[in-house]
Amino acid sequence: MVQITLDNLAHSYLPNPQGEDDFALKQLDHVWKDGEAYALLGASGCGKSTLLNIISGLLVPSRGRILFGDRDVTHQDTVARNIAQVFQFPVVYDTMTVGDNLAFPLRNRGMAPAAIAEQVQKIAAMIGMEDQLKRKARGLTADAKQKISLGRGMVREDVNAILFDEPLTVIDPHMKWELRTQLKALHNEFGHTMIYVTHDQTEALTFADKVVVMHDGRVVQLGTPEELFDTPEHTFVGYFIGSPGMNLIDAEVAGDTAQCGGHAIDLGGHYRTPKGRVQIGIRPEFVTLTAGDRGLPVTIKRIEDVGRHQILRAEFAGKPINAILPEGFAVPAGANRLHFAPDRINVYADDWRVAPLHAVANPVKEAV
Amino acid sequence: MDKVQNNKAWFLVLPVLVLVAFSAVIPLMTVVNYSVQDTFGNNVFFWEGLGWFEQVLTDSRVHGALGRQLAFSGIILAIQIPLGIAIAVCMPKKGFWASVCLVLMALPLLIPWNVVGTIWQIMGRGDIGLVGYSLSALGIDWNYARDPLHAWITVIVMDVWHWTSLVALLAYAGLQSIPQAYYQAAKIDQASRWSVFRYIELPKMQGVLLIAILLRFMDSFMIYTEPFVVTGGGPGSATSFLSIDLVKMALGQFDLGPAAAFSLMYFLVILLVSWVFYTVMTNLDKAEGR
Ligand SMILES: Nc1ncnc2c1ncn2[C@@H]1O[C@H](COP(=O)(O)OP(=O)(O)OP(=O)(O)O)[C@@H](O)[C@H]1O
Ligand SMILES: [Mg+2]
Repeated sequence: MVQITLDNLAHSYLPNPQGEDDFALKQLDHVWKDGEAYALLGASGCGKSTLLNIISGLLVPSRGRILFGDRDVTHQDTVARNIAQVFQFPVVYDTMTVGDNLAFPLRNRGMAPAAIAEQVQKIAAMIGMEDQLKRKARGLTADAKQKISLGRGMVREDVNAILFDEPLTVIDPHMKWELRTQLKALHNEFGHTMIYVTHDQTEALTFADKVVVMHDGRVVQLGTPEELFDTPEHTFVGYFIGSPGMNLIDAEVAGDTAQCGGHAIDLGGHYRTPKGRVQIGIRPEFVTLTAGDRGLPVTIKRIEDVGRHQILRAEFAGKPINAILPEGFAVPAGANRLHFAPDRINVYADDWRVAPLHAVANPVKEAV
Repeated sequence: MDKVQNNKAWFLVLPVLVLVAFSAVIPLMTVVNYSVQDTFGNNVFFWEGLGWFEQVLTDSRVHGALGRQLAFSGIILAIQIPLGIAIAVCMPKKGFWASVCLVLMALPLLIPWNVVGTIWQIMGRGDIGLVGYSLSALGIDWNYARDPLHAWITVIVMDVWHWTSLVALLAYAGLQSIPQAYYQAAKIDQASRWSVFRYIELPKMQGVLLIAILLRFMDSFMIYTEPFVVTGGGPGSATSFLSIDLVKMALGQFDLGPAAAFSLMYFLVILLVSWVFYTVMTNLDKAEGR
């Protein structure tokens, strides 16, 4: 087990990459701390699988280095790196039995047969396939194959890290929850560094201590789920995390106010006038609907009841804007203004968050 | 829209039936006809029943030819299948050299049978042939026209040279269809090269390999031209395989009755073997759940 450092990493699948666009992974500097469980989130095609393949040694990066501790492993193969990886598309060895599939990585490392049998039993119990160990893997259902694939990833205890590339896509929700619990237990028991790729933010937030968000070949933020929620460093994080995502409104920011289409909005901090395309971001959780003349005037489209709360869908200057209303909230007559909690507003210039110079001394706190 | 039932449409199949009748059924029936009759010439035939079949079945000369035929097919399969797989595994998977290899591999397949025979007939000659001369120079008294063993070696080497490419190309196509993810998983599981072959490549090639075996078996079982050109079935009858023997019987001695009975049984054997292969293959497909 070891700390994994990505130093100035970049990768292109083309032999002679020209511009930025030719790179599947752009500039990456990142440290995966020993023994942490990370979730890797990002939209399709942002380079998650590419990154995992580079870490495990299936791909050699076009640029940069990978360090395990102090050891440079950039050009070492998978055997030298000893990393387990579960693939997005499950791979099983058709002609082997389920048990042999699970035993395969152990046999290849020359483990003693008795120890192998014991370990296979343990993993089979975790994935719930103890009674099928003698069965041929050919012709199994898709979710059984995915479980075997996952099991093969977890079977070695001596690995440096375990990488999961969307390992549970075809598994039903209940089993998914169960397997995730097993993974957490495994993590607590052995303390492997784990990286878990997923599209599903609840999966990410329940599995991991730290969440890494990738966007367009870059890591845009690393943080705890709270940090991602409160201070998204990039508009993509704001929009990608949360349901619905963060509202983004074009604005002109000066000092502690933002001007949105002629309406002044109080901010929770002081800003030097940022350059580029400036937007303010506010999560729907911190937007309140009011009557009167304070706040941003919007056109209300509809209100959706989603159980625990209601989602207000509205429009401002032709762009959608959402608010989360408490359960059973009765919309006041004539209410068409949205008010933002000032200390929950983030300011973005060209999609990157701008930190305030200092907080406003006495911001008007609003109950949420 | 409802389908219109119109049985007159069957008449449209008539031309095909006529064609098949002329090309296959009628010639075959002629053979059937010969196989149950005898003649002393002048186009006068009389009924012979199953006599010719009995004669052929008990004929030690036919037994010999059948034995040689089975030995030949067995030997070339035992060489060509593993060799073809080995070549396919070693061929580059993409890029310029992959194309070069494919073209080189395809070359022997494009040469007409009798030319292949001629090439090896000359190659094997001790006086002017490259191979024969080299062997003689090494002190081996190489003469495929006199020594049955030499004749067999020549015929087998020729067939391997001619047809291993086919097996290799089929196996190569099978290999190319294996998704990259399998190789990646094997690398992560730290599998040896042999394990990759044994547990990934071989199972995935199974389908094409069965086709290769079937094609090579049928083709070698019916081989005629090449051994005819090289050895003419000799020395003695050492390389007289079934079809060479058949032609000797039918055209050399003009024993039409036995030859016809012989042909029919020959045909049935090939049909039977093909059927067995077909059944095995479809069952395999079912087992894979496709
Ligand atoms: N073998 C390859 N050859 C060329 N381009 C590739 C290859 N694999 C991936 N790419 C490209 O690299 C980019 C990143 O792909 P990658 O598979 O890493 O994305 P991902 O984040 O895993 O996406 P998904 O969530 O769909 O799995 C994509 O634009 C993809 O088209
Ligand atoms: Mg992927």
